[in-house]
This record gives sequence, structure tokens and C-alpha cells, in this order.
Amino acid sequence: MTDMSYLDGNMLDGPLRELFAVDLSSTTGRCDNCGTTGPMAGLHVYSHAPGLIGRCPACTGVMVRLVRAPERAWLDLRGTTYLQVPMPLDRGLALPR
Amino acid sequence: MGIVSPGFQGRPRSSAPDLPPGQYLTEDFPVLSAGPTPRVPLDTWEFVLTDETGAEYRWSWDELMGLPQDTPTVDLHCVTRWSKLGTTWQGVSLDTLLDGVDTGARYALAHSYGGYTTNLPLDDLRGGRAWVVHTYDGGPLPAEHGGPARLLVPHLYLWKSAKWVHGLRLLVDDRPGFWETAGYHDYGDPWREQRYQGD
Repeated sequence: MTDMSYLDGNMLDGPLRELFAVDLSSTTGRCDNCGTTGPMAGLHVYSHAPGLIGRCPACTGVMVRLVRAPERAWLDLRGTTYLQVPMPLDRGLALPR
Repeated sequence: MGIVSPGFQGRPRSSAPDLPPGQYLTEDFPVLSAGPTPRVPLDTWEFVLTDETGAEYRWSWDELMGLPQDTPTVDLHCVTRWSKLGTTWQGVSLDTLLDGVDTGARYALAHSYGGYTTNLPLDDLRGGRAWVVHTYDGGPLPAEHGGPARLLVPHLYLWKSAKWVHGLRLLVDDRPGFWETAGYHDYGDPWREQRYQGD
């Protein structure tokens, strides 16, 4: 398969900022399909579709699906095993004691 | 920018009598895709019907071409709000493909090369309302529009007309597909504007 009709994962920053106060471009994600771990900014995002589809750049597995209706949005991250978010102790949650 | 918002583009409501509510007319043929475009050689292409017992019915490309062909002219309605009227196709009716398949299933899950899926009631694939089409506007269906062959179910929103169709699984219980598990309507009737879950 060859296709250049996608954008890079940076374009998810604004859309996901509506849902989360996390800068997606600074996060690392693990593909649940192939295990590739890398910056979410490196996803291939297909936006000429009824939603935004972020695919693993290695295996093309779907890692993020985001659908926006006028009053609702749906986020599916089941293709992302985890998101690693930079979170220094001087901001955000403290470590459990 | 806001997140993608096909339902929120501020387009005027349709006033044309032959357009479903909320749709606007387009003369071109927009290409929408949720992933890379599969390239499926005709010599390995096949269409597979799998019934609820797991029994399979397979057609090669040549076998599909050898079946009786229909030439439907239909209107297309995409959930992203464009409609295209009077499109001409050639393909095989699902009535032909389902003929001789003895099934008690009420649902079908279409699956495509590339991994896409979409669900439909089996009744909506019968009665001369659904086809596996391979020709568009007199020529081979281009890959970006779902070639070599796609499902065509024009009475439902176009996401139900699976591009690059590979087969149908006949199911006793409904199983939502790719967009239906991400907020889109289970049935998707454009005339009732069934875009999202709960519409």
C-alpha cells in the first residue's frame, strides 16, 4: 500500500486540546498492534474522512479515532497501549507516597 | 482549529427537494478515506460470503464478471454532507450473490481489503437495493473510490458502501463496524438524518 494522503500527528494537537489539557506532540505512544513506540506527532492522520484517524507509521494500525458531532465527541484509543506524558513534579500530579 | 466537524460546517440546510435534510449538492466526487488505499490485483481479488455457520461462498474476479450484471443509476449521500446525484455504476446485485445461501442471519458485516468494516441489516442488502460494483461512469472503478470493487448501498449514508470490499459475514447478532464503533449511527438513513448514535 502506498499513500501520501495523510497529515502528521501534530495536527491532532488542537483537536485533542479540546478534550485534554495535554500537548499531544510531546507525548509518546505505543502501538497496540505492532508495539512500535514513538512520538504521537509521528502518527499518520487521515482527515478526509467522517472523523480523524491516526495510524501507526510502522504498521498502519489504527491508534486514535476521533469523531466530532455538533454536541458530542468520541475518542477511541484502544489501538494505543499507552500514552507517555512528560509530567515534571513541579507541575501536575504528585507521585503517590 | 476545532476537531473535525462534518456536522458543524455551517452549511445552509438543503432546500432541494431531491436532497436529504442537511445535505448539499456537489458535482465532483470527493475522496474520503480512513487509511492507505489498498491496491488489490485482480488475479488475487475475491469476494467471500461467510454465513453464520462459518460456511464460505467465494467468487474470483472472473466469476464475478460472469454473473448477471446490473447498471444502477443512483444518488449518493455522504455523512459529511455532500450528495452527488445520478451516478452510474455496473456490478452484481447482492440478490444474485445471496441466491442459494441458506441463512437465518439478520445482519451482515461487510469487510474490506485494508481492514475497514461496516454493518447492515441483511434485508437492506436484498430487494435490488445493494450491489458489488466494479465500474463507475463507464470505466473501471478507480482505487481511490474503492476499486477494484466496492459495496454500493445508496439508500444509506455512503460509509455503508464499503470501498475495497472483500466480503460479507452474515451474523445472527448485529456487530457494529469501523465508524459505528466510533459514534456513527448503526443504520444511517440519510432521509431520517441518522448521522450519529442516538439520532
